Amino acid sequence: MNAVNFSYDLLARGLLPEITLIVGALLVLAYDVIRGRNHTLAERQAIALWIGGIALAAAFYHVVTIGAIGRVYGDSLLIDRLAVAARAGVLVLGMITLGIASGAKRQRHPAEYVAIILFAVTGFTLMSAAQHLLIAFTALELASLSLYVLAGFDKTSRASAEAALKYFLMGSMATAFLLFGFSLIYGVTGEMNLDRIAFVLAHGGVTPLLGLALVMVLVAFGFKAAAAPFHLWAPDAYQGAPTPSAALIASASKLAGFTLFLRLLWPGLGALSGDVSTAGNTGGWLTLLCLISGASLLLGNLAALAQTNIRRLLAYSAIAHTGALLLGVVAAEVAGASPLLFYLMTYGIATAGAFGVIAVLEVNGGCQKITDLAGLSKRSPLLAGCLLVFILSLAGIPPLAGFFGKFTVFAAALKVGGMSGPAGWLTMLAIALSAVALYYYLIVLKQALVQPAAPENSAKIKVPVGAAITLLLAAGLIVVLGICPSLLLGLF
Amino acid sequence: MKCILSTIILTPWLGALVLALSPRLSPKTGRVLALLFSLSTLVLAAVAYAGFDATAGYQFVEQHQWISILKVSYHLGLDGMSLLLVVLTGLIAPTALLASWKVDRDPRLFNLLFLFLQGAALGVFLALDFFPWFIFWELSLVPAFFLIKLWGGPGASRAAYQFVVYTIGGSAFMLLAFAALFSAVGTFDFVELAALAHSGALAAKMSGPALTAIFLGVLLGLAVKVPLFPFHTWLPDAYSEAPTGASMFLTGIMSKMGVYGFLRILWPIFPAQLHHASSVLIGLALAGVVLGAFAAMKQSDLKRMVAYSSINHVSYCLLALFAVAWSGSIHPDASVAAFSGALLQMFNHGLSASALFFCVGILESRSGGKRGILDFGGVRTAAPVFAALCGIALFSSLGLPGLNGFVGEFLVFRGVFGLDPWAAAIGCLGLFATAYFLLTFWQRVFHGPQGAGIATFRDLTAMEIATLAPTIALMFILGVFPQVLVGLFNPLVTAWATHLP
Amino acid sequence: MNLLPFTIYLSFAGAVLSLLAGMRSAAMARGVALVTALFCWGITLYAACNFTPARDLQNLVDVAWIPEMGIRYHLAADGISLTLVVLTGLAATAGILFSWNIEERVGEFFAFYLALIGGVYGVFLSADAFLFFVFYEIAIVPKYFLIANWGSTNRQYGAMKLALYSFAGSAMVLVGLLWIYAAGHASGFGLPELARAAATTSHTDQIFIFGLIFTGFAVLAGMFPFHTWAPTGHVAAPTGASMLLAGVVMKLGAYGCLRVAMPLVPGALEFWQPVIAWLAVAGIIYAGLVALVQDDFKFVIGYSSVSHMGFVLLGLAAANPTAVAGAVLQMFSHGVIAGLLFAVVGRMVYERTHTRQLEDLRKLPLHRLMPFACVVFVLAGLASMGMPGFSGFPAELTILIGVWKSSKILAILAASGVLIAAAFTLRAIQVAFFGQANPATPATALHHPYAPVTWPERTGAFLLLAATLVVGLKPDLLLNWIVPSLNSPLMQAVWRGGAQ
Repeated sequence: MNAVNFSYDLLARGLLPEITLIVGALLVLAYDVIRGRNHTLAERQAIALWIGGIALAAAFYHVVTIGAIGRVYGDSLLIDRLAVAARAGVLVLGMITLGIASGAKRQRHPAEYVAIILFAVTGFTLMSAAQHLLIAFTALELASLSLYVLAGFDKTSRASAEAALKYFLMGSMATAFLLFGFSLIYGVTGEMNLDRIAFVLAHGGVTPLLGLALVMVLVAFGFKAAAAPFHLWAPDAYQGAPTPSAALIASASKLAGFTLFLRLLWPGLGALSGDVSTAGNTGGWLTLLCLISGASLLLGNLAALAQTNIRRLLAYSAIAHTGALLLGVVAAEVAGASPLLFYLMTYGIATAGAFGVIAVLEVNGGCQKITDLAGLSKRSPLLAGCLLVFILSLAGIPPLAGFFGKFTVFAAALKVGGMSGPAGWLTMLAIALSAVALYYYLIVLKQALVQPAAPENSAKIKVPVGAAITLLLAAGLIVVLGICPSLLLGLF
Repeated sequence: MKCILSTIILTPWLGALVLALSPRLSPKTGRVLALLFSLSTLVLAAVAYAGFDATAGYQFVEQHQWISILKVSYHLGLDGMSLLLVVLTGLIAPTALLASWKVDRDPRLFNLLFLFLQGAALGVFLALDFFPWFIFWELSLVPAFFLIKLWGGPGASRAAYQFVVYTIGGSAFMLLAFAALFSAVGTFDFVELAALAHSGALAAKMSGPALTAIFLGVLLGLAVKVPLFPFHTWLPDAYSEAPTGASMFLTGIMSKMGVYGFLRILWPIFPAQLHHASSVLIGLALAGVVLGAFAAMKQSDLKRMVAYSSINHVSYCLLALFAVAWSGSIHPDASVAAFSGALLQMFNHGLSASALFFCVGILESRSGGKRGILDFGGVRTAAPVFAALCGIALFSSLGLPGLNGFVGEFLVFRGVFGLDPWAAAIGCLGLFATAYFLLTFWQRVFHGPQGAGIATFRDLTAMEIATLAPTIALMFILGVFPQVLVGLFNPLVTAWATHLP
Repeated sequence: MNLLPFTIYLSFAGAVLSLLAGMRSAAMARGVALVTALFCWGITLYAACNFTPARDLQNLVDVAWIPEMGIRYHLAADGISLTLVVLTGLAATAGILFSWNIEERVGEFFAFYLALIGGVYGVFLSADAFLFFVFYEIAIVPKYFLIANWGSTNRQYGAMKLALYSFAGSAMVLVGLLWIYAAGHASGFGLPELARAAATTSHTDQIFIFGLIFTGFAVLAGMFPFHTWAPTGHVAAPTGASMLLAGVVMKLGAYGCLRVAMPLVPGALEFWQPVIAWLAVAGIIYAGLVALVQDDFKFVIGYSSVSHMGFVLLGLAAANPTAVAGAVLQMFSHGVIAGLLFAVVGRMVYERTHTRQLEDLRKLPLHRLMPFACVVFVLAGLASMGMPGFSGFPAELTILIGVWKSSKILAILAASGVLIAAAFTLRAIQVAFFGQANPATPATALHHPYAPVTWPERTGAFLLLAATLVVGLKPDLLLNWIVPSLNSPLMQAVWRGGAQ
């Protein structure tokens, strides 16, 4: 191991994005407190969004220019290419969320809203780089608490409050599990740093205590990722939360969460992974992951078939995608993190985009049921076109990025053990269920592009400029990444 | 001169095209134009005859490569048998057109389809490679279908449908058979296949069962067309529902396409299989002869009566062929007689049957649509010319010595008796039955007390006489001088007889 | 030849342009679409004129695309691809001509149409299995929208069924391809590379892989018993889309079987040959018999498409050069003929009489009221029956020759399929057009005159009829391209693998 580095200079450089974000959040709050009363609500929101956007852009710039500087401050943070990519991705998704917020229903406290989004994003960026159990935990908590607040931000809506409460209760329980699991790991290994934990575990074996810790950690992971059977909060949260919040939960939170747990499991708890290349395996968290993955795939896809509410449908589709993403985690041993990260990123953009369209529609006539989308192609060709791109990407239709994400993950998963092992069966299940998924995605598109508009809802929609640009950029990104996935894959 | 055969086939088609592209032509002009194009066949056949040498094999041969992967070539050739049938077509087609002069519903389309049919039939008689032959064979169905369906009687739709589906059904298996043959020997050419069969190479290249299966396929395709019992059930409906001109062509030419197929394809390529199957086939031919005649006897509809008699007459040709297959190797003279009889019978039946259909057509038109045997009586007194000409046609069909029908039938029986006496004996039953119903026709329609409405029965118009006269004249000429025709194919037939396995 | 990839790019560009033009005026959208399709067809014909038949694929574009997985953007063409892209160009042009009368959302219609065509061109020109799959899937979504938005009978159900079946088929193909990639440790997705990788897997694995890939493609080709989407979908689709779907898109499936399934895993052919061949024959006969009893005119044509594709699959299953050459020729021939049949039924008859029920049409003397449609349908019907002189005949003859070599009994059954085809086609002609062959009263007095035949209909019908006649009288034109490419190294492995 290298000499442990405690340089504050390096730490400051490594945390520059987070610092930028915090400063930005404080600026937003400050400006609003000081000058807020001179502006209308619309102007306050616009200014807050602009400052937030600039902060995110600046943070993105820092992430990209600082690059992969390696271990920071005594190995508590590891800023490698995976971290750089995940942080950049989270920041992009944050920017998309802000763009969506500009077209969504106006919040009563816009500055606080933007500030909390920035805090959440800070938590995400920290999660992506954390190498120390405590840092991981704190970052996770920062993010989660921010997200709970964001979910319940709309005080005029009972659904929002209910969503936030459910999210908070289940999230806290998951956090408790995580903390307990971490303390068990510390107790057994005596270390808090992931590298050293891995070292210790490699020389030991699986003890029942470690098995318990494993289960705890996995429960927390499952919750965070909205995997079955820990998914119960997701449909309600997605349905009740304000649309930009839902977008952030669906996209960036998943990206950061998967990155953190990926780092935790591989290589942190790698020694406990077990082997899923053949049908008879030696036990370990890989087996558990496969089970969770299968459950998510089945539950997510089959439940989505029955949905009539568009947001709940997106929630169940998120659960289904989690199942596929978990396959990416399983395959990360063999193929590295790039398939998983590509999938996460493109999935995030697509889901956020879909929520963006819903956000605009919400302001223009409401958008809860799928049938509220009727006649979208006449009401707003722009929204209909963007929705087409996002939904098809989620469905996995080439040449959009979502297809390629799934493809790389499946190819990697098959490399783990071929068709005969659990990874292979899961891949086949995932591919088969994607045909099922196409059905409900086409139902959504049918409403948007085929059905005539309901008479009471047929006025043309004017899409705010900010939202329009965001959606177009997101759709464009999906198309470009679909045609040239190497642009992203080559980065890590 | 080099492309005279293609010209023979294409001229009627050219006529059809001209008619198709001139919608504003007056009906009269259209009919005259059609007649002229139709007569071209006779003219060109005469030209060919001038340069024809009966002792040389195929003449005026045209052979061009067409589809390389299937080794298909556009191969036409004329020998005695084809020339005979080309001349027959050249006679019957214009006659049928003249018979249809009075068709007033869509005459342009009628004539167009007719010329198309004529060209296709000529193609069948001249093609020597399966691919073009099959094209003409199948194409002939299309105008026939529409001629029957659009200008036919009340049951025409069903009759036309049955006719086409039956024939295509048979052809599908013939197609498969040739496909199989090709896959084994690599050629579609009739001449080459005959040579291969003769030299024994064919049997060497294919197993017995495979060859038998192929033989059956080809047999099926041809049998439906002739028709050979029991594949004849489409015929009475089709012939009786068709308009007069179409019936004349169908019975005169299209049934001969089937017999031609037997002689050109089945016999040269599958002599052994034919020999093995000959006893059964003789039985079927006899069934056609006897049952056809007896069925005709029972008809009260005159047109159906003539239709059934067609089955009877054409079955004589097949009877001759099958008898040769049975024991031709032992009795070469009888074989020569049988073959000659078959060929003559083809020609003569063409003439007499088409004349008879025309006469029935006249009866039908004069009586306002009735054609039952009991609807007439004493027509002779009202229309003596008609009675005379129709009588000649009836007696020709019956086989009265002095008329053309006799020579053909005589030679057939002479040959068959030498080859298979029992078959000849049973076949005579057919002769008796034929005599019976034809004489009944003659007596009931033309003699006896005048039926209702017969007094106003107009005699033949000049046009109608012009239609019948050439045919009737030929009946006399060929009755007395059959050498005119026999000279065309005698060397050919002798060669066949000596090449018997 | 090097211009061929532009057919793909131009089609997609045309799709976008059409969408934009449609916002201006319907006429502009139509014009853009027609010009695009004609231009692309022109490119294919130009390539055809300058084509020197060779046995190997001629590379058009070959650049690294996703080096991380060894995937290349590799387009190439040989005689078989050329035949099929010429067909695509023709079918696309004719389809657009027959969609000239669409009035609603015209720009979107042609946008989806051209996107579908672009995808189809892409499939026929791909030489990398991944790229092949991408284009194959691209084609699925436009199909759904074309049917759901502009279709007729039962269109929502028909569109969804078609899309889901196609997607399920492609999902199976994906599994198969990934299996080879992973288990065979392939370094990329090029066809030779995958074939090499597949050969290293166990025999049982190969059997499963072939089963997956072939069935996946065969679903789109309408193989019995996975064919049920085809009649429903084609009947539901608007005329131009039906022409393209039955005419070209079904051929994507067959092409996939020929280009991907068979060469990649020839070792499994021996096992699967009897199964595929018997299912193909079952399809020919079953679909034919069902067509015989249909009351909806369009369903007759829909089932006849399944029956004719059965011939293609049978030819492929026989796995010898003659049969496969016949199968490719039949692909072209049926593409043209199906286009004609749907055009008459959908555009010429249905748009005017507003009924497709044969019992209703029987009461109308359509051969007098619509002489042009009648002539076209009779000719198309004859072509469909395999009447010599039209393109179906040499194709079916060649297939029968090839199948006979492989299995006599199947050839006999296939020949009976020809008979059944004649029966149902004649019945359709008879009932629909000649129901009143000898009307007692003059026809035109009883019925309102129908809208006259428009110039796009005439042009489209003429193009298609000319194609089927030219190929019927001179099939060498296509066979000269097809036959040499059957000698490529990948195909030779197929001949060795299949029973002779």
